[in-house]
Amino acid sequence: MNPSTDHPVVLAAVDVSKVFPGTVALDKASFEVRSGAVNVLVGENGAGKSTLMKILAGVEQPTSGQLLLDGKPIRFPTPRDAAGHGIGIIYQELNLCPNLSVAENIFIGAPLLRYRIDIDGRRQAERAAELMRRLEQAIDPQTLVGDLRIGQQQIVEIAKALAEDVRILIMDEPTSALSSVEVEILFRVIRELKAAGVAIIYISHRLDEIMVIGDYITVMRDGRVQARAAVADISIPWIVGQMVGAMAAVAAAPDSHADAPPVLVAENIALASAKGGFTVDHVSLTVRAGEVVGIYGLMGAGRSELFECLMGLQPDATGSLMLAGKSLDGQSTAQRIKNGLAMVPEDRQSAGLIGPLSVAQNLTLSSLWRFVRRFALDMPREKKAVHDIIGSLNIKVSTPDVEITALSGGNQQKVVIGKSLLTEPKAILLDEPGRGIDVGAKAEVFRTMRRLGEAGLAVVFATSDLHEVMAVADRIVVMASGTITADFPRAAATEDALVLASHPRTAAAAGGS
Amino acid sequence: MLLLMKLRTVIALIAVFAFFGITAPNFLTIGSLLIVGKHVAINAYLAIGMTFVILTAGIDLSVGSIVGLCGIVAGGLLDAGLRISPLHLTIYPNVVETILITLVVGALVGVFNGVLVTKLRVAPFIATLGTLYIARGAALLISDGQTFPNLVGRPELGNTGFPFLGSGTIAGVPFSIVALVAFAALAAYVAARTPFGRQVYAVGGNERAALVSGVRIDRIKIIVYTISGLCAAFAGLVVASELVASHPASGETFELNAIAAAVLGGTSLAGGRGSVGGTIIGAFVIGVLSDGLVMLGVSSFWQMVIKGSVIIAAVVLDQLQGQMQRKMALQAQIG
Repeated sequence: MNPSTDHPVVLAAVDVSKVFPGTVALDKASFEVRSGAVNVLVGENGAGKSTLMKILAGVEQPTSGQLLLDGKPIRFPTPRDAAGHGIGIIYQELNLCPNLSVAENIFIGAPLLRYRIDIDGRRQAERAAELMRRLEQAIDPQTLVGDLRIGQQQIVEIAKALAEDVRILIMDEPTSALSSVEVEILFRVIRELKAAGVAIIYISHRLDEIMVIGDYITVMRDGRVQARAAVADISIPWIVGQMVGAMAAVAAAPDSHADAPPVLVAENIALASAKGGFTVDHVSLTVRAGEVVGIYGLMGAGRSELFECLMGLQPDATGSLMLAGKSLDGQSTAQRIKNGLAMVPEDRQSAGLIGPLSVAQNLTLSSLWRFVRRFALDMPREKKAVHDIIGSLNIKVSTPDVEITALSGGNQQKVVIGKSLLTEPKAILLDEPGRGIDVGAKAEVFRTMRRLGEAGLAVVFATSDLHEVMAVADRIVVMASGTITADFPRAAATEDALVLASHPRTAAAAGGS
Repeated sequence: MLLLMKLRTVIALIAVFAFFGITAPNFLTIGSLLIVGKHVAINAYLAIGMTFVILTAGIDLSVGSIVGLCGIVAGGLLDAGLRISPLHLTIYPNVVETILITLVVGALVGVFNGVLVTKLRVAPFIATLGTLYIARGAALLISDGQTFPNLVGRPELGNTGFPFLGSGTIAGVPFSIVALVAFAALAAYVAARTPFGRQVYAVGGNERAALVSGVRIDRIKIIVYTISGLCAAFAGLVVASELVASHPASGETFELNAIAAAVLGGTSLAGGRGSVGGTIIGAFVIGVLSDGLVMLGVSSFWQMVIKGSVIIAAVVLDQLQGQMQRKMALQAQIG
């Protein structure tokens, strides 16, 4: 494969810098986008990937340096100008209107009109249905986006970009909410686009995916381009080495806790689905002290809903829950937290963080009762607890009084975890704790989870990432269609067996020990 | 620069004081400042309660009507007594009892608002709009549209002393101003230093995250509307006491002044941002502005235009500050 002839450069950033007052976000970064290829961009959070993409999409203007489109200098003063030149972008955060239908969302930027006056709803629905077929999704174009799961919403976001004819498509972590089946479909679409000569810019933290789908890779670190290579010539350890400078991994041998006392005993937890059937279908789960249990499953397997039932966030849930020998049945979320159950929710932005509050105020929100003296908060004691947890979780923050939104994703996640730890829980539930955070922070989060297990907590985490669950858990439970389909000690688990058990149709045949 | 933006309400307050101090010769005298203070106090009571409600991303449009209703309740109790029809008996509660009953009425209206907003899931704007009409209607029904003209009380009934709230002084300072200082200090302490206060901010900042963090959302919301109702009841008492009469139309549009003070003081209608201190300053800016303009002889029509412009300017500055902060947050994230 000869890069310059097979895949000509369509768009290039040459020595682009972006300076915000006080910080250099991009330092003379050069990046070439080749057509008919997947151009991968990797780097830890804060390495400058997003800033570079925003410049390519016309959202931000470079402080110095220039962009070349087909070899000619060009400027994109607004996102419209970039779109006009065939540059599409799928943002990491979903930019959908939950109150509008799938079809309306897909065509929100450029509605299909009848006589250039009113919106041609029928044609939009047809086109949307076509796109859904192409993405192999059984989603009715008239469904409200708000009724879709996050993974399906991401599919809609992808359809939105495909609806317009793009020459260059930027995908910022498109797979972070997708199941492995959905990822396969996305990869097939990417290959089709490549064959049609579209240049794909692909940003992801999932390195194994990059090895599968990528053609060229650019590694960024601290606002600079650290390395460039053809994906065929490199390996995952090479990428990690370029990104963080050193290998970061969780090295832990699984422990057996068969003799430890059970801490969390859930029996017959069930949650009826609005569409009939059960979202959580009479699940029973026992977690012992010191045990780290990974719940592996696809999107929609019912993992998050199970956690919500356990936390008392689903008023219609049935079943019984014992924590350290005490029944939590009928208790509110607040009471359960006080009794020693904690949760780190899946969606950090919408359920984990309180935007206007400071890092310190976020950290102590769940455990304010610990700092009360008479009616008021004991500020020095609160401050000390905040200081200690920032230290022990290695949260990078200049002062605990800055707003939480100023932190990077990884540090925000550590704050959410710190918030639950300050309640001094006996059991902690973590829903996708590694989602959307960089490799370094991920390793720290997983090490923290192992440490909590060693300290005697019952730790349960849900994930759709096979490597995560294989690397961190003592015991792996697989969920599909609301039920537990397999339960392995890690030593006995194989990736094949987990995948088999996680698919609703094959799960019945798979079983487990 | 950001600091200047953050202090803008204080700067605005100093500016209006300086302006009227120079242009209106009698403005900076103790006498006129105390009058301004008494005017500000009424709005500030309401605005303090309103601040708690707005911090939870709610709104309370009913406070003006609660002022009217509570004035009528107090006036009725003092003037006509509590008639127990089946027994053909009329009880005249003393002033302390009257005040307590009135405060309870205000608090109950607040609880009603809170229950509508939480248990029945009515949007705060609509719920309190409905209460605005109901409470005003109740005031008119109780008084049959009439004024209770004499709230001085009668010695033989043992219910004298009510005018103290509005015109009494403690060490030369009007009682209503002393009450304002006490109220503001207590509210600021509750907002900044108690678990309840912190949870109020959390509910407005991100309700879902607050719920997941173990905050009892419904309880917090019912309490803030109750606080707002209580504050309005107190304002109603002071208004009736100042006039030594209560009129069912009293307090109309007071809710708008209270919202204006809170917003001017930096409270975000989206919830989660703001402070009691800011609101007090906001109430003073509005109060000083209206009284100063009166002293300068500016027509009341122009006063409305000026007041409106100041409120809009405050919100525009608020947006600018938000943008600056987001920019700085972005920088921090990249760094």
